[in-house]
Amino acid sequence: MTSTDSDASPEAMLAFYRHLYPFKSIFNWLNHEHVPTRLFTHREFAFTLQHDVYLRYNSFNTYEDLKKQVCALNPTRFEIGPIYTARPRDKKSVRSAAFTPVKRELVFDIDMTDYDGTRTCCSAADICVRCWAFIAAAVKVLHTALVDQFGFKHILWVYSGRRGIHCWVSDSDAMDLTDEQRRAIVNSLTVIEGGKEMAKKVNVRIGNKALPPSLWPASNTLRLLFDPLILKDQDVFATESNWEILLQLVPDNTITEKLRDKWSNNPSRSSSDKWLDLKRTIHKTYDEGSVEYNRLQNALEDIVLQYTYPRLDAEVSKHRNHLLKAPFCVHPKTGRVCVPVDPLHVDDFNPVTVPTVSGLLREMDESTKNGEEGADWSKTSLQPYVDMLDRHTAEIMDGVRRSKRAAASSDQSW
Amino acid sequence: MFNTKDRKKFVEKQEQSHEGAQIQYPHRLNFYDKPPLYDVTIEEFETCALDRLRVLAEIESSFARNRPWDDLKTVTLAQCQKYVPLNNNTAVTVDVDTQRRNDQLGHFVLRLAFCRSEELRRRFVKAESTLFRVRYDSDDRREREAFLKSRDLDWIEVGDAEKKTYEKELQALEIRKAGEDHTNEERYYKVKWTRVPDLVAKRRVFLRGGSAYVPSREQASIVLQTFEANLTRALENTAKVLPRMDEDTRLVPILNNLSQGFLAGVPSEWNGASTTSDEITADMVDEIAKKHFPMCMRNLHECLMRDRHLKHFGRLQYGLFLKVLGLSIEEAVMFWRKAFSGLTDDKFNKEYKYNIRHSYGLEGKRANYPAKSCQQILLTDKPGPSDCHGCPYRHFAPENLQTSLLATYSSHGLTTSDLPEIMKTVKEGHYHVACTRVFEITHSGGGVKKGEGIGGGESVTHPNQYASRSRELEKSQQDSAMVVE
Ligand SMILES: [Zn+2]
Repeated sequence: MTSTDSDASPEAMLAFYRHLYPFKSIFNWLNHEHVPTRLFTHREFAFTLQHDVYLRYNSFNTYEDLKKQVCALNPTRFEIGPIYTARPRDKKSVRSAAFTPVKRELVFDIDMTDYDGTRTCCSAADICVRCWAFIAAAVKVLHTALVDQFGFKHILWVYSGRRGIHCWVSDSDAMDLTDEQRRAIVNSLTVIEGGKEMAKKVNVRIGNKALPPSLWPASNTLRLLFDPLILKDQDVFATESNWEILLQLVPDNTITEKLRDKWSNNPSRSSSDKWLDLKRTIHKTYDEGSVEYNRLQNALEDIVLQYTYPRLDAEVSKHRNHLLKAPFCVHPKTGRVCVPVDPLHVDDFNPVTVPTVSGLLREMDESTKNGEEGADWSKTSLQPYVDMLDRHTAEIMDGVRRSKRAAASSDQSW
Repeated sequence: MFNTKDRKKFVEKQEQSHEGAQIQYPHRLNFYDKPPLYDVTIEEFETCALDRLRVLAEIESSFARNRPWDDLKTVTLAQCQKYVPLNNNTAVTVDVDTQRRNDQLGHFVLRLAFCRSEELRRRFVKAESTLFRVRYDSDDRREREAFLKSRDLDWIEVGDAEKKTYEKELQALEIRKAGEDHTNEERYYKVKWTRVPDLVAKRRVFLRGGSAYVPSREQASIVLQTFEANLTRALENTAKVLPRMDEDTRLVPILNNLSQGFLAGVPSEWNGASTTSDEITADMVDEIAKKHFPMCMRNLHECLMRDRHLKHFGRLQYGLFLKVLGLSIEEAVMFWRKAFSGLTDDKFNKEYKYNIRHSYGLEGKRANYPAKSCQQILLTDKPGPSDCHGCPYRHFAPENLQTSLLATYSSHGLTTSDLPEIMKTVKEGHYHVACTRVFEITHSGGGVKKGEGIGGGESVTHPNQYASRSRELEKSQQDSAMVVE
């Protein structure tokens, strides 16, 4: 990455909004139809200006209006909120009781900072290709749960521009969820709990029973990732302080004493060796099928979850009126564009090589120099990402058309 | 139901549905989807609503006090028994039809009172569905099944083929011991997952394609959710048609009073004053105050002793309280004469004696004025900057309240470590819960445990109730001490 790649200066941003930002695609995606509906006109937009001035409760009749305002304010980023009972910009003139959020995409936010303690390659705000593997695992687990368990179809994943990923579910059922129902989804998908001071962060069993069935698919997926990601690539249990945490998660003193002795005498044993040591010691110490044995097998299963299960920022998802950064905004620190991510190819995504504002503006300059007419995203490396959003939106619109047709035909039968 | 215009309509409807002798209320549980179709007197209208309101307010207090479900259930059932009893069909000695009619009437009156704002609707739905759940839990199993059969709850029973497909998953939901195979016997009901958010949150259902597979033992969740959803919708509809009700001017003040009482967390007047009041004399007031008074009256008493005076609303609040406490008119005149020691006899007789006699019903329109309830103290005659009346939990600045609580009650066992909990309830606006908690702490020496309130888990709703309960406790302690001797 060259030093100018992270440039997100006001000048660069303005050029980006004027020529490259796909306002029409964003409009279609939010609106579910070509003609503006309340899903767009009653939708809140919030702008973060230079020097962190924050403007809430903006709303627009058309995407041209939105573009005009964005270009006039030149925000560092803008966020998308819920659909209200009235136009957000009229908030002051309506009774407060008549201004409540009614619809909103179901959204999720996963941030790499919540993975400190399970990754060794980076910490805090940093991210590299290696830690992306955690995000990839999160996408697989959540996407599967949202589709298979909750029956959602229209799910958009968007890179957050720095160290995380956002998820937007646009099914009409999802748009209509109450805060209580959103909380229920989040709780059912939340497995990692407890702060830094809590060693055991997975407590989802009733007594010593099997995992609840809703976590089986996740457990199956993550079990396969534990070896390559946690043991081999991140070598998480290499240092003493880290393998001590592992031992704290094993609820059996006989086993942990044995292992502590062994590992203190051979500090160079790799994480894979240590994991094997743990499994073998359990086998040697207890009979298969005994209560102790089963309890320890459960503990192993919980450890896999603790090190790999998605960390959700629950607050973002629980309330309809939460705002989330719009796709295709630019992260002010990295200059990277928040592009959609294909969940089927999430392993191939590399956060370090996504298009940056300055890179895109350079590409645009090149194509103008070559005498091509106009200048927009279709001549830059942003194109495949805009296409991805448009394809996603086409499926949403298809769904809306189908359900309208179904409603019309059932009307006629009366 | 409530005015002549509507009455006619209801009668017609009733006739249509009269096909032979029909039982009016076949079930103890009620989803309240049919309004009362009969005439009621204004007294019945108010009484049924007030009785139900007591129960609902106690449910709200239980939430504010974080009572565990089992405690909440015990307290609520005790309150129900007292105010809105509902017996099973098997009960032969009671008139279950009248019970159920009153239950229905109270519910519908409160709907009218509580449909008028989002906040009231939300709280009403929460309290009502909790009440429903308490009754559902305590219902006779067979009667409950009959009730469920009578309703279309829009669930699909999971067939054998599907049970086979998801055998392992469904078995994992069981709470029975591993190894026992009961999946074939257990029944499951399929509903949209959004109808059982509580079960989804706790992972107590199996989910597939947006459907939740609910084991029959969790059926209650579906029933409750349906109850809540129906009631929410009904309240919104009532809110839309309510403006027409305003024509009946007799009802509007009653409805206002009901909803205000609920907002204050206090249902209404406490009227058990007559149970203990032994006569007390003017000389006894100071000692009783220090031992038995709630914060509001302690404050008035201290102000009076310090300033040798109280302003109008303070005299009114304190004077009526003392009257109900058992101070006779003669003793009251003596008490106030002594307290206002800076005044000449002449001035006292001219300006104050009349008012004291008036409040005892001996002058003017000779009404026997009741003492002010917590609700009235909280909501009416807001104290100005130099006033001493009101509710300290509500009207004191937080720092002052803490200092005063310690100064007043540390000799009764209240310590700084109790303050955070009390201040938290104050901050949330549950003033009577804070007062009740102080009662519990300062009477823990007399055996009062946390959550017991002023007896049976009930919260303080009247200053006299506080004082009277405190004196009762002292008396029973003295009695038992004598027995030991
Ligand atoms: Zn990394």
